[in-house]
Amino acid sequence: MSDDKKDKDIDEVSGVETTGHEWDGLKELNTPLPRWWLWVFYVCIIWSVWYWVVYPAWPTLSGHTKGIGGHSQFKELSDSQAEITARQKIYLDRFEETSDQDVLNDPELYAFAMAGGASAFKDNCATCHGSGGAGAPGYPNLNDDDWLWGGSLSDIRQTLQYGIRADNLDSHISQMPAFGKDKILTGEEINAVVDYVLSLSGQKTRGHEAQGATIFKNQCASCHADNGKGMQDVGAPNLADKIWLYGGDRTSVYESVYSSRAGMMPAWDKRLDENTLRQLTIYLHQLGGGEEEDATLEDLIGPEQQEE
Amino acid sequence: MSQYFAKQERIYPKRVWGRFRKLKWAAMIVTLGIYYLAPFLRWDRGASAPDQAILIDLQHARAYWFWIEIWPQEVYYLTGILILAAIGLFFVTSLYGRVWCGYLCPQTVWTDLFVWVERIFQGDRNARKKLREGPWSWDKFKKLAATHFVWLVIAWCTAGSFVLYFNDAPTLVRSFFDLDVSPTVLGFIGGLTFSTYLMAGFAREQVCTYMCPYARFQSAMFDKDTLVIGYDEKRGEARGKHKKGEDWDGRGHCVDCSLCVQVCPMGIDIRDGLQMECIACGLCVDACDNVMDKVGLPRGLIRYDTENHMQAEIKGGVEKFKLLRPRTVYYSFVMALVGGIMLYALLTRSVLDITVLHDRNPLFVQLSSGEVRNGYVLKISNKTAEDRRYVLDVKGLENPNVNVKAAGDVFAHSLYVPADSVGSYRVFVSALAKHGTPRNIQFVLRDGDIEDNYESVFITRKER
Repeated sequence: MSDDKKDKDIDEVSGVETTGHEWDGLKELNTPLPRWWLWVFYVCIIWSVWYWVVYPAWPTLSGHTKGIGGHSQFKELSDSQAEITARQKIYLDRFEETSDQDVLNDPELYAFAMAGGASAFKDNCATCHGSGGAGAPGYPNLNDDDWLWGGSLSDIRQTLQYGIRADNLDSHISQMPAFGKDKILTGEEINAVVDYVLSLSGQKTRGHEAQGATIFKNQCASCHADNGKGMQDVGAPNLADKIWLYGGDRTSVYESVYSSRAGMMPAWDKRLDENTLRQLTIYLHQLGGGEEEDATLEDLIGPEQQEE
Repeated sequence: MSQYFAKQERIYPKRVWGRFRKLKWAAMIVTLGIYYLAPFLRWDRGASAPDQAILIDLQHARAYWFWIEIWPQEVYYLTGILILAAIGLFFVTSLYGRVWCGYLCPQTVWTDLFVWVERIFQGDRNARKKLREGPWSWDKFKKLAATHFVWLVIAWCTAGSFVLYFNDAPTLVRSFFDLDVSPTVLGFIGGLTFSTYLMAGFAREQVCTYMCPYARFQSAMFDKDTLVIGYDEKRGEARGKHKKGEDWDGRGHCVDCSLCVQVCPMGIDIRDGLQMECIACGLCVDACDNVMDKVGLPRGLIRYDTENHMQAEIKGGVEKFKLLRPRTVYYSFVMALVGGIMLYALLTRSVLDITVLHDRNPLFVQLSSGEVRNGYVLKISNKTAEDRRYVLDVKGLENPNVNVKAAGDVFAHSLYVPADSVGSYRVFVSALAKHGTPRNIQFVLRDGDIEDNYESVFITRKER
C-alpha cells in the first residue's frame, strides 16, 4: 500500500481514492469493503473446498467424485423410506390384528386405512375409475350405492382380489347374450324390450312395454330378476334405478341389448399385498355407497336400497 | 491487498455518568429483565393447555400470551403486531429521533452490556486500548480470557432464554441438569450463542452502520421538528483549550476536551453535525454536561434539540417543540386504526370456527333413488378448553339427507370434538334437487348459543 502511494488518484470532494477509471470526466470511487464482508467471503471459499472433499462434486470421465462423506441421494432416499416404513409399522401391526369391521370403529386405524387406500387407489385404480372413483361409461362409479357384484366389505374384497372376467379361477364371470348380433331377438323385439326397460326407470317409451315385458320375462329375468332390479350374484345390473353404467338413453340401451356388454377388471391378488387390499376395501366401502355385510344374503332375490 | 477493505476502527467507549446514562441503565435492566425472566411466568389455563404465560408452542401449533391464545389461522394478529411495531417505531422516530436505536434496540442493549463486562475486567478506555495494543502477557491473557468467558456465559443465557419461549421453561431448565436436552434445542442455543457473542462482542457498531436497514431509511421519518442530538455550533465555536480563570470572550464554549468523542459507542464526532451512524443515545450529552458543570457554564452545548428550535435560536427567536405535525398525526391515526381492528378481532374472537370444503372429484354422485349426493369435508375448530358436541344443520335444500362419515357411529346432531383441537368429518348431503345451476347452501354448526356458518354449494347435473 505504501509504495504505490504516489500513483494514487484521490478524489478531491470526498477524499476517497478512485479506481483510476474515467468516463467523460466521471471517476469511480474505490470505496473499500468492510472487512467482515471479506471474512464471510473467505469462509465461503473454505466451505466450498470442504464441500468438494466431503460431497460428490466434480464430474469425471466415468462418473463423478464420490466425496469422503459417503453421501448419496439414493441412500438418502432409502433412509427416508425406511423411516416412513418404521413410522407406518406402529399402525400396520395393529391394523393386521384388527378385523375390517373393527377398523371402521377405530378412529386411528380408520384414518390409516383411508389414507393408505386413497393412495393405493390413485396408483392402481384411477386409470379406469378416475382419481375420485367417479368412473366413466363402462367403468362403474364407486361413490354411488349401486353395486354390480355387491358392496359389502367382503363383496368388495372378493371383487378386488379376483377381478371380473379376469384371468383367475375365482374371478366373477357372467356373460349377457348379444340378442341382436346372435339373432336371438329381432329388431322389433329388441325395441319392445328397450321400451320396457326404459319404463322401469320412468323414462319416455314408444308404447310397446307390454310386448317388451313378455320378452323380458322370457329372456332377461333369469339374471335381471322379474322386477328388473338385477342380481349381484351374477353381476346383473339393476335396470330400475337411475344409474346407468353404459348410458340410459334409448340408443345406449338398444346397443346394450343388441351387442351385450361385458366389462373386465383384473385380479389384484398377485399385484397387491394383503394390507393394501384391505385398505382399498375399506376405502371403497367408505367412499359413500358401502353396504352392510348381511344385506348380501338377501340379494339372491334382488338388491335392496340399503342406503338411507 | 489492504486497500480492498476498510479496517474496522476499534472503538473503546469511555465510561460516563449522567442523566441519559442512568436512563440507559434503567432501560437495559427493564428490557433484559423482561427478556430473561418472562418465560418463567405462569398462567393457569386448565388441563388442556400449558401454564406458561408466554409460549409459542410450535409442536401443537398454538401461541399463548397470558389470556390470549392464538391458532395458526389467526397469525394475522402477528401481522397486526408487526404493523403496530413498525408504525410505532416511525412515530417515536419522527418525534424523538433514533431513541429506539440508542436505548432499546437489542443490538445496543447487548453491546452496552458487553462493553460493561469488558470494562470490569480490562479497565476504562485508555487501559483497554493499551492492553489491546500492547504485547501479549500472562496478565493480558487472563483479562481477555475472563472477558470472553463472561461474554460467552451471557450469550449462552441469551440463547437459552430465547429457546425457553418455545418450550416449557422449568421443564427445559431441569432437562439441562439431567443432561437430557434434544439436539434441536442444543443446535438453536449453539447458533444463537455464537451470533450473540459475535454481534455484541465483535461486530457491534458495524451492525448499525452496515447491516441495519433502519439506519439507512431513518432520514425519511425525520423533519425539522424531530429531536436529534445536536452540537450548538453558534455557542461552541470557535473551540479551543481553556485554562481555569481564562476569559470566555471572543471564543466558543467548546473546550475541545474530546470527551464527547471518547464516550461515543459509534466512534463519531457529534460536532461534525448529525451523521448516519448516530444512534441518539445521549452519552455525549452527559459527557459535555459534566464538563460544562466543571467549567461553570450552562449545560446544553450538546443536547437533544430540533433543527427548527436551533435555527430559531440563532435568529434570536423562540420556537416551540411541535408535537402535532402531519406525520405524527398520520402515524397515530394508523396506529389507532390497526390497534382498533386488532382489539375488535380479539374481543369478537369466536371459540368455534368451521370450514367446509366441497369435494372436487366427483363434484356430485347420482344415487340409484334419483337423489344427487355431494360430499364435503367439515373441519370444526373447538377453541374452548372443554370437549364439545356440536349439532350440524344444512340449510338451502328441501329435505336434505345429511350423513356424516367417520370412524364408529357418528350422527350429524352430535359431532364430537375434543378440547382445543380440530375435528374433521366427511359429510354427505343428498337431495332430490332439480338439475341446473349450483345451489348455494349453508352449513350451520351449533353448540348452545355459539354458532358458526359456512357457505358452500350443492352441485347437480347440468340441464340436458
